[in-house]
Amino acid sequence: MTIYNFNGQTCRGGKIKVNNLNFYYGSFQALRNINLDIPGCAITAIIGPSGCGKSSFLRLLNRMNDLIYGSRIEGTIELDGKNIFDKTVDVVDLRKNVGMVFQKPNPFPISIFDNIAFGPKQHGKKNKMELEEIVENSLKQAALWDEVKDKLGQSALALSGGQQQRLCIARVLSVEPEVILMDEPCSALDPMATLKIEDLMRTLAKNYTIIIVTHNMQQAARVSDTTAFFMMEPDRAGSLVEYGSTSEIFTNPKDKRTEDYITGRFG
Amino acid sequence: MTRYFTDKLAKYIVFISGFTSFIILLLIALFIFREGLPAFSEIGVFDFIFGGVWRPGIDQYGILAMIVGSIAVTIVSMIMAVPLGIACAILLAEVAPSKIRSILRPAVELLVGIPSVVYGLVGLVLLVPLISNIGGSGFSILTASIVLMVMVLPTIISISEDSIRAVPSSYREGALALGATKWQTIKGVVLPAAKSGIGAGIVLGMGRAIGETMAMIMVIGNSIAFPRFTFRCRAYTDRQHSTGNKLCYRHPRERALCYRCRALYFYITVKQRSYYLP
Repeated sequence: MTIYNFNGQTCRGGKIKVNNLNFYYGSFQALRNINLDIPGCAITAIIGPSGCGKSSFLRLLNRMNDLIYGSRIEGTIELDGKNIFDKTVDVVDLRKNVGMVFQKPNPFPISIFDNIAFGPKQHGKKNKMELEEIVENSLKQAALWDEVKDKLGQSALALSGGQQQRLCIARVLSVEPEVILMDEPCSALDPMATLKIEDLMRTLAKNYTIIIVTHNMQQAARVSDTTAFFMMEPDRAGSLVEYGSTSEIFTNPKDKRTEDYITGRFG
Repeated sequence: MTRYFTDKLAKYIVFISGFTSFIILLLIALFIFREGLPAFSEIGVFDFIFGGVWRPGIDQYGILAMIVGSIAVTIVSMIMAVPLGIACAILLAEVAPSKIRSILRPAVELLVGIPSVVYGLVGLVLLVPLISNIGGSGFSILTASIVLMVMVLPTIISISEDSIRAVPSSYREGALALGATKWQTIKGVVLPAAKSGIGAGIVLGMGRAIGETMAMIMVIGNSIAFPRFTFRCRAYTDRQHSTGNKLCYRHPRERALCYRCRALYFYITVKQRSYYLP
């Protein structure tokens, strides 16, 4: 299947379609009636005030919320036309396809090489040459290779915060996902490291579908192609207020609440 | 002014309390080594540690048989206890639902509180006859190791479990988000991250294994001979001399010897504890 991205180039990144999604933690409804079409090979930013369900939504996309006891899902999320909640979908395969970068860099307490090789190894790649190639490619894609190529055997925890986050991105790339989810990937980083990650995201968006949750509206405006604005309803359930191309959302929002939020009147 | 006074007072109290325990330890060490030293000069370290015959009547004081017994029991019991303990810790920390955990965890902790005599008795009444079916009298390294295994399990389990729990959940999420299964996550990320804590648990368990006396004497046969796996043998530990055996204190030299044995045990213990301390 050939998918075209915004610029008309071919794209291997997955397209995501969310239909009438409701999500509950026990009796509390965290998300209400979300409908969203996320384009392939583009960066989609999800913005909104704290507690509006942005992270919950993101974690639904690779079913990380499966781990939470008592959570319940209604509706569907389709990745390239297939519902990810379908019983025939293997959650392990799904997570390999839909990688995730977390708010706080979370490299494993093992060597840089082993961090990157971890994913491919779990998926059956044992050949040392092959692993070395994957590690090198992933680190190059994550723009980290030049900084760490001489110390692949060292502990990943010795790297700086920004380097650790790029390592985590490289780790995700090592299993060749279609979609990369990022949950406030720069909130623990300084401006220079943030800039590097943002550049990296732009480069990666040529081949991957990236969905980023961010509190930083400038960041959303800088890097994303499309933006979704989430907000809480009176009963604290999160819902989608407005969704469109980033330039439109930021220059000409249709909804009053969106305008209030992006102009900094609340949130 | 008074605030600083309280501050200083607290500091000195803490200092004095801390040093008291250290000084007591130091005094014990001094006493043991001083009492044991004469025997060293009379028999010599080599003959004492590597001598195979313990027969005070004819001036033979070799404790090799006892050392070998102790080490053998410790090794065999650790071989059994370490995999079991780690597996149980994984179950408690990662796999079991909280209901099962709330039953298992207290049960494991209860094992610590049981006096070693009780373990010895259970071993004597249940295990010894069972093992004697294999061969020999049933008083053996195997019997002692099984009893010891049960005794060190709780130490290994609870310390390993705590260190597995202390692994940040972000590691688990990171691994799961890469498409690793639960077991791959535990094996590839959680256990390596917890390995220093698990190691401490094993070393502490080993400390208990080497030092254990009462239960051992009851199930190992209490004869001074080189050990056989399912036959009669004897583990050497220092307390045997004071509580478990009438050898001690008959003769000044024997008494000195006892102290020297204790010096050896003391040394082993200190060495071992200092291994896992930072």
